[in-house]
Amino acid sequence: MSPDPNSPDPQIDVALTLNGRKVAVSIDASERLLDTLRYRLGLTGSKEGCGEGECGACTVYMDGLPVCACLVPTFQCNGRDVKTIESIDPAILGPMLECGATQCGACTPGVVMTACWVKGHPEVLKTHTMRELMAGNLCRCTGYDGIIDGMHRMCGTPPEQPSTNTGNAP
Amino acid sequence: MSKLTGAERYVDDLPADGGLGLGPMLWGMTVRSPVSRGRIKEIKLGPGIDWSRLTVVDHSDIPAIAGGPNEVYLIERDQPVLAATHIRHMHEPILLIAGDDREMVRRAVAAVHIDIERDDPALDFRIPPTASQTQGGYAANVLKHLTINKGDVEAALASAPILVEGEYETGAQEHVYIECNGMIAWVDPSTIAVCVKGSMQCPYYVLNALKHTFNRDERGVRAVQTATGGGFGGKEDYPSVLALHAALLAVKSGRPVKMIYDRGEDMQATTKRHPCTVRHRTGLDRDGRLLAQHIEVRMDAGAYVTLSPVVLSRGILHAAGPYFCPNVHIDGKAILTNSVPYGAFRGFGAPQTIFACERHMDVIAAKIGMDPSELRRINLLRDGQTTATGQTIRAHPPSKGTDRVALMDAALDMADYKRKKLEYAEFNTRHSYLRRGIGLATFWHGAGFTGSGETYLKSKVHVAGIPDGRVEVRIASTEMGQGTTTIMTQIAAARLGLPLDQVCVAVPDTHIVPNSGPTVASRTAMVVGRLVERACDDLRAKTGLSESDRGESVSDAIVAWHRRSPQAAKAGGTELIGEASYEAPPGIAWDDKTYTGDAYGTFGWATYVAEVEVDLRTYATKVTDFAAAQEVGSVINPVLARGQVQGGVVQGIGWALMEECIWKNGGMANSQLTNYIIPTSDDVPPIRVHFLENPYPYGGKGSKGIGELPMDGPGPAIANAIAFALREEGVKATHLPITPERLMSELEGSAAHVA
Repeated sequence: MSPDPNSPDPQIDVALTLNGRKVAVSIDASERLLDTLRYRLGLTGSKEGCGEGECGACTVYMDGLPVCACLVPTFQCNGRDVKTIESIDPAILGPMLECGATQCGACTPGVVMTACWVKGHPEVLKTHTMRELMAGNLCRCTGYDGIIDGMHRMCGTPPEQPSTNTGNAP
Repeated sequence: MSKLTGAERYVDDLPADGGLGLGPMLWGMTVRSPVSRGRIKEIKLGPGIDWSRLTVVDHSDIPAIAGGPNEVYLIERDQPVLAATHIRHMHEPILLIAGDDREMVRRAVAAVHIDIERDDPALDFRIPPTASQTQGGYAANVLKHLTINKGDVEAALASAPILVEGEYETGAQEHVYIECNGMIAWVDPSTIAVCVKGSMQCPYYVLNALKHTFNRDERGVRAVQTATGGGFGGKEDYPSVLALHAALLAVKSGRPVKMIYDRGEDMQATTKRHPCTVRHRTGLDRDGRLLAQHIEVRMDAGAYVTLSPVVLSRGILHAAGPYFCPNVHIDGKAILTNSVPYGAFRGFGAPQTIFACERHMDVIAAKIGMDPSELRRINLLRDGQTTATGQTIRAHPPSKGTDRVALMDAALDMADYKRKKLEYAEFNTRHSYLRRGIGLATFWHGAGFTGSGETYLKSKVHVAGIPDGRVEVRIASTEMGQGTTTIMTQIAAARLGLPLDQVCVAVPDTHIVPNSGPTVASRTAMVVGRLVERACDDLRAKTGLSESDRGESVSDAIVAWHRRSPQAAKAGGTELIGEASYEAPPGIAWDDKTYTGDAYGTFGWATYVAEVEVDLRTYATKVTDFAAAQEVGSVINPVLARGQVQGGVVQGIGWALMEECIWKNGGMANSQLTNYIIPTSDDVPPIRVHFLENPYPYGGKGSKGIGELPMDGPGPAIANAIAFALREEGVKATHLPITPERLMSELEGSAAHVA
């Protein structure tokens, strides 16, 4: 349904699939998916770190692709499939815990969403390193080693070796 | 695991009533100054807003609704809760607004017009202020002047065969905890206590601020920590300001109020690392032995005193480095400006002075033609030698292969330093546009509070035996990701021989936990952990057991104690509590007047080696390897300890290469994560971590402080590696951060740097 341009506070009805369940909300045209999830639907697992798509703490899947929920207007989710951190099976996260992938935990839901997406799309590891794939999720506590180690263990890929300057001059 | 699944509840994750059962919370926001210095003429609440639906608080409300002074209680009381007449910095809070609807409050904030007569601001601490720029009643705006004296520096400099001078500078750094500051305030309907809960490092700092401004005793106010998404010092002093703001709105409106900063407001309005300049004049003999160190340290304090005197103190106490030198003079000044106040940030003044010292060591080594590691080897403090304050370095017990030299050798081995140096020097002669370098820093970090700080604090901890036989650790020390909860659980469990699931750690709530001091200064595991051990012993003794009793006999004795004292379970009844309060380790003596003696109970020691590759086409520097060797007593939890080092090193890499605050009229112009750049996973290499363990008998489970040490080394190690890589090009690398822009401006004009 399109917004009524004459209404001072246009509301839009949006129907989406959220974590496998049908959900309908009536929202302001400018409402962000992150606010709909957190303040309207009580799904507070997705965190706001920057509000501009830099930190990745609010990473969710939209039709299977990771996106920043702070950058998505909720009305764009009409008829789409949205999955949040609340849909992730905790049983697969043991390696992240063992490797020290979380400290303060504020970036962690986004990190886990990216990690699980990589685990589900192992082909991306043929063209990208784990560090490149994780570069959209800022973490200020771990220095990333715990995250990268945890991802490798979770994905069953060999652990990272320290890189040093090698190779010859051209 | 709750952090991994997103189930952990941070302050902004609590339900609409804040979990308080007092109805929906109001949203609170802040109206801030648009100028860095001036006098408020008039405040106009603009048109188009139904102000009757909003609660508005300004400075004149404070006496009526709080009953105390308009002051933020910290070291000094110079900072107002809300600016009354004078504006001292950009984004200074002036007005608070709360209402039911977040968007409406946002519009109301934008509709406030503040008429300000501008005054001449002091925005550069390196330039002496004019008469009209002085403020706060301090001569030349110097709010704190500290000196350290050992021997006769001027005489030693005059007779030294080698003299090396250098000037070094470091910029502000933003904490970028991923969870922004946030606070909920309410009035307890039964006790009328003014209560807050939110993201914070130091519940008792917040409590003291509330007590002061609301003119109440500790039962009339309450501070509770919620899950805290990172701190790094950024939630040491600032949450007191936010708690006061939220509490004023809650008291005036009669409703619970929630204030959550967005990233822009958090970066613009809250504290940062102190910008700093350091000037070294150093005398040496012909073998490279230090004869005299003359060091001047200047820090920008910002517009109010906050914690700057203590930051300056820690800065100068680390300025001479972990070296023996018979003649030392250190002169430190913290200078008031009209910048947003600077505050605590991991390292607390030490990273700035250690950068200068360690970069200067390499400048010296280059000047006298000595390998930087050899210069350090000659001068590193040996057991029995004294620091600049006359503190004798003692090992407990005598360090077997874990002293400063052993530590440096371990790091050099890890990094394959000697071979790399030769290899890169040769590489740099051949490659057209890439330059490789390797550099090191040897450094120290005083663990716990400076001087007699711990004695003044008199920290207390409780360990309660609860009716089901478990023990509960009650401390005000907070978990913010660094592992307090895990470490304290481990310490208590080990002390009493209990499995980990028989120990819990209480939520830091000032109505429940005693004041174990602030969660700062790398003191929690070491100082508070040791107190937890002693409180465990006290608990065991109170159950009638002896020191050798462990495990089930402890649980059984706790259960039996509660059976004997059934009133204990009832509210107000006696509890089974083991207590401990701080006692200084034997032989520690500090004189605050002369700045001599034992500055710290002990030090953490480290050598870090960084490798870099600089691309002369883009001037970008990439850290390609990083080896971090340290001695921090015993390692209590290897995963957490490694995480502290890796996380600290990456913050240090950010400070060294990319994190730069851009100032415009005294405000932060790049207050977004789009343009204030912190390292991503792809910007940093794996950080290789090695611990040399040497148990410290006065720290919890043998530990010394670890949290801040890793912030100290990356800056100088990377700068030294860049200076090595660009030796031929003549880059000085004396000013952090070494951004591509800074390298470009340093190299432009120098002859044909691209071969």
